[in-house]
Amino acid sequence: MKYLILIYSNAESRKIWEGFSDAQRAEGYRYYAGLNEDLTASGEMIVSEALADPSLAKRVSVREGQTMTTDGPFAEVKEHLAGFYLLECESMERAVEHAARIPEAEMGLVEVRPVLDLSEMGL
Amino acid sequence: MSTASNGVEGLLRDLAPQVLGVLVRHYGGFDTCEDAVQEALLAAAVQWPAEGVPSNPKGWLITVASRRRTELWRNDAARRRREETVAALAPPDPEPASAVDDTLTLLLLCCHPSLTPVSQVALTLRAVGGLSTAEIARAFLVPEATVGQRISRAKQRIKASGAEFRMPPQAERSERMAAVLRVLYLSFNEGYTASSGSALIRVDLTTEAIRLTRQLHDRLPEDGEVAGLLALMLLTDARRPARTRPDGALVPLAEQDRRKWDAQAIAEGVALITETLARAPIGPYQLQAAIAAVHDEAARSEDTDWRQILGLYELLHSIAPGPMVTLNRIVAVAMVHGAAAGLQQLAAAEADPALAGHHRVDAVRAHLLDMAGDQDAAHTYYELAARRTLSVPEQRYLESRAAQLRRPAPTM
Repeated sequence: MKYLILIYSNAESRKIWEGFSDAQRAEGYRYYAGLNEDLTASGEMIVSEALADPSLAKRVSVREGQTMTTDGPFAEVKEHLAGFYLLECESMERAVEHAARIPEAEMGLVEVRPVLDLSEMGL
Repeated sequence: MSTASNGVEGLLRDLAPQVLGVLVRHYGGFDTCEDAVQEALLAAAVQWPAEGVPSNPKGWLITVASRRRTELWRNDAARRRREETVAALAPPDPEPASAVDDTLTLLLLCCHPSLTPVSQVALTLRAVGGLSTAEIARAFLVPEATVGQRISRAKQRIKASGAEFRMPPQAERSERMAAVLRVLYLSFNEGYTASSGSALIRVDLTTEAIRLTRQLHDRLPEDGEVAGLLALMLLTDARRPARTRPDGALVPLAEQDRRKWDAQAIAEGVALITETLARAPIGPYQLQAAIAAVHDEAARSEDTDWRQILGLYELLHSIAPGPMVTLNRIVAVAMVHGAAAGLQQLAAAEADPALAGHHRVDAVRAHLLDMAGDQDAAHTYYELAARRTLSVPEQRYLESRAAQLRRPAPTM
């Protein structure tokens, strides 16, 4: 089964990150690199990306065949998606185990969503 | 031998486990041999269609794979800074005198208990099925690198566990065989999916699983569960032409156009399961095949012998209970004794933690409420089940059921 782990960012988590020393940030990157390595080694990793700042986002709308874009930041958004993992795991429990290793989980900013499957599971 | 051989591809898939068996037996070191055979297969897949199939294809593969194994082995040795040169071992005799059949030993090794089911499936399809990493990745809709990792890690695990290329002791045999059958069944089920758009070309895992199970049945004709599994696959796959609409939507068994079923596959499956039930100790695959046979033998849905199906589910429930068996048995109860009886048993079954909150409970309840004429409640449960399922085709089916119940009733 595929699971998407969503990692959110909010004002509080950004403040913590901004308050980090260079050494602390390097430690943070190393931690993520280790996590990625483990997930790749176990064969469960499908893809993982960190997303650029939401100020670089564009909202897309099509009206009467015309494509229009609005630049970020979108003020109403308090929490935004900062990155994700797409994993292939045996079970939800296993996916949650991985999600719990993500540092943002300590601030309640990590979510696991099962991915819809094309199989019918013996219908 | 296998009947699924079509051209070079079929030939390569048939030869894959034989060549690997010869190499492992001769050199030892399953992981390196498996890589070498995989490379030889890829080379053949490129060369043979262009240059023609060599007169002794198996010998060609053994020679190329042996050469590649020696290179891999030398690289490995160099990495470990081993100074002394070791003379390359002579390649094995392309036509070994011994008639030892390695396919079963290979299957048992690939389904080693130290591996997760997903890894067992991937390794089996590659080492025994002769599929490439890219083909397996396409079949499972995951990146090639993911499958590659899964396979190399599986081989490391086998190595670390100390497992060897030989038949496990008799005491372990039945447990290990159960794992092999589960892997074949999982591969079959994974392939038994609705097609989703023309861009998506999936390797036909269903056909592959049937081919491998048929091979296994050829080797172990006396094993009732192997025969049962093969019959189950044939009887299930026979319905494939009728089970999806052109737009990919699922057609439930009761609504399928049975004229589209594959009569030849049904005849083979029915004959196999009938003959097996008469002689072998009963097992879960045989029972499931028997149930599939009863369905397949009904010319019309309303001709289905539900009493017989209920009896078979009772038996299955007693020897191999499980949440899905429970639910299917309840559907059979409703078909024999009425929707009310089914709903009553469903309420009791829900107490089982394995079923509590499961979308299938909602789906079955919706179906039984619909049978009982309570359309509003049926609608609610179909929608609830549709929201909770993780399967796209099932979601579409449940949503359409819910929508049908919302349509104004025809004038009385």
